[in-house]
Amino acid sequence: MYEHNGEKYFIVDSHMHYWNAAPDNWVPGAEQYAKGWIECFHAYQGLGPPETHWTIEHFQKYSEDDLMKDVFEDGHVDVAIFQPTDLKEWYKEGFNTTARNAEMGKKHPGKFIYNTNFDPRNGDAGLEELKRNVETYGSKGVKLYTAEWNNGSRGYKLSDPGAYRFLEAAQNLGIKNVHVHKGPTIWPLDKDAFDVADVDHAATDFPELNFIIEHVGLPRIEDFCFMATQEPNVYAGLSVVIGGLMHALPNFFAKCMGELLFWVGEDKMTFGSDYGIWEPKWQVEGFVNWEMPDSEAFSDYPKLGVAGKKKILGLNAARLYDIEVPAEYQLPAEAGTPAAQDDAQLVAGA
Amino acid sequence: MSSSALLKALETVRDPELDEPITSLGFVASCAVSAAGDAQVRLRLPTYFCAPNFAYLMVADAYDAVAALPGVRHAEVVLEDHFASDVINDGVAAQAGFVQTFDGEAVSELHHLRANFLRKAVMAGTDQVCRPLLAAGTEPAALLAMTLGELPPSRALDRLRSRRSELGLPAGDDAALLIDPVTGAPVTAENAPLHLRKAKLTRVSIEANSGICRGMLRHRYNDTRGQGEKTPAVDSPEP
Repeated sequence: MYEHNGEKYFIVDSHMHYWNAAPDNWVPGAEQYAKGWIECFHAYQGLGPPETHWTIEHFQKYSEDDLMKDVFEDGHVDVAIFQPTDLKEWYKEGFNTTARNAEMGKKHPGKFIYNTNFDPRNGDAGLEELKRNVETYGSKGVKLYTAEWNNGSRGYKLSDPGAYRFLEAAQNLGIKNVHVHKGPTIWPLDKDAFDVADVDHAATDFPELNFIIEHVGLPRIEDFCFMATQEPNVYAGLSVVIGGLMHALPNFFAKCMGELLFWVGEDKMTFGSDYGIWEPKWQVEGFVNWEMPDSEAFSDYPKLGVAGKKKILGLNAARLYDIEVPAEYQLPAEAGTPAAQDDAQLVAGA
Repeated sequence: MSSSALLKALETVRDPELDEPITSLGFVASCAVSAAGDAQVRLRLPTYFCAPNFAYLMVADAYDAVAALPGVRHAEVVLEDHFASDVINDGVAAQAGFVQTFDGEAVSELHHLRANFLRKAVMAGTDQVCRPLLAAGTEPAALLAMTLGELPPSRALDRLRSRRSELGLPAGDDAALLIDPVTGAPVTAENAPLHLRKAKLTRVSIEANSGICRGMLRHRYNDTRGQGEKTPAVDSPEP
């Protein structure tokens, strides 16, 4: 919960992690990838304010106490959603698995939601595992890492028949939200790794599921926006947008926010700190204080008011995940319904 | 043959995704040429996991640019600190082409990918030349009737013409300012507002991406500057 100028904000961190990327967890023979991966993440942290930077050793493996302090005590977060990333090709126990998240989270009832994941390339065994995970952890969401390496394969597409089989199964198990990360090294390598066309197909064919594109398809925000504007069930996950741009490149942050507000709309954007890449405290405080600049360059972007910030920081995700929000944090009826799907028509007025 | 001639050749090589020279982006860690004409270039990228297809294109293009110099007898271009460094470096040195370099992982060369990103560059470039006109009071509808020859000269216009030429799109004085970047057909009045909006968004995307890449490169190499690196007014509040 964050209070500012008499306004109370309910904060859902819809995209965060609890990983172990220290050398004790590196797979022998894959050390260079395990090391390269976490160093790449660490470089992203460099885009945040200097006083929030960690040493690489701390960044590789932070403790439960660190997380509870950074996210809840200092970070204003009410409910946090764990997004797992297995990466077992490189990390012995996985990078950040549902099991590891839940093991820690069960000591703090009500604070966490455990998303799980699947990989269509794991076939029937993978389906069984998905079922087990949903039953064990009560997952309502999955995080899909289409670029994850798996037995020599460097990725898959969400529109593959194998992926559809899993999406169907997930839906039958009660999964509502599909978080998709778009990242490098998707197979085949000769195509654009960040192409979101596969999500477009899946979103059309699974209208009951919500697709949250994490990092808004950066670095292809334009492809994401053109797609999201046509698909009522596609949402913009703001992890990396706030963490990576708001401090380091404030004018580009404003331009990206302006484009997202125009193409996607404030009802379909969700805050995620991407912790441990960035701490939520400066992101939440900075975002509540942020205003679209007044100058000419920003004049054709929508403004973002208090109601919009409340939606983005928590109310939209709360609705997607059926999180109960105390009355004092809710919006008056005239401020619209958080996470409403009909904003998809915005561009008609472009 | 001097290393400044070498650097000049490398200035013609662009990051296809960011549409900027690899030199000004800071991707050239070092470049040197011996009296006998042996050229050595070391390239670096913002992360260990930068997309291997774009990385390959930059290394291969750099090799071609350097090898084509009259004074160069032997060219060596090496990408450092990347998960696919060895594969890419060996493939480029052997002039193997992308498919053979990534045997079994790629099914076609990268012309299609390159063209796709050139089209994005055309869209972004369209915003760059239109924005000053709009700021000066030109009505959006008037842009529809304009040709490239009617625009005031600028570097942005030269760049737009060059990208359009590369794609085989009309780029002469009588060519329409607003065209579909796939077909080259003039944009219709009905589609113009959306076209301009997309052009603006594409430019924001490329420039924000470029800002992130520069920030990560600085972090990765502790502010050690690349050969020919330029620090633009990257986070400009201006359109």
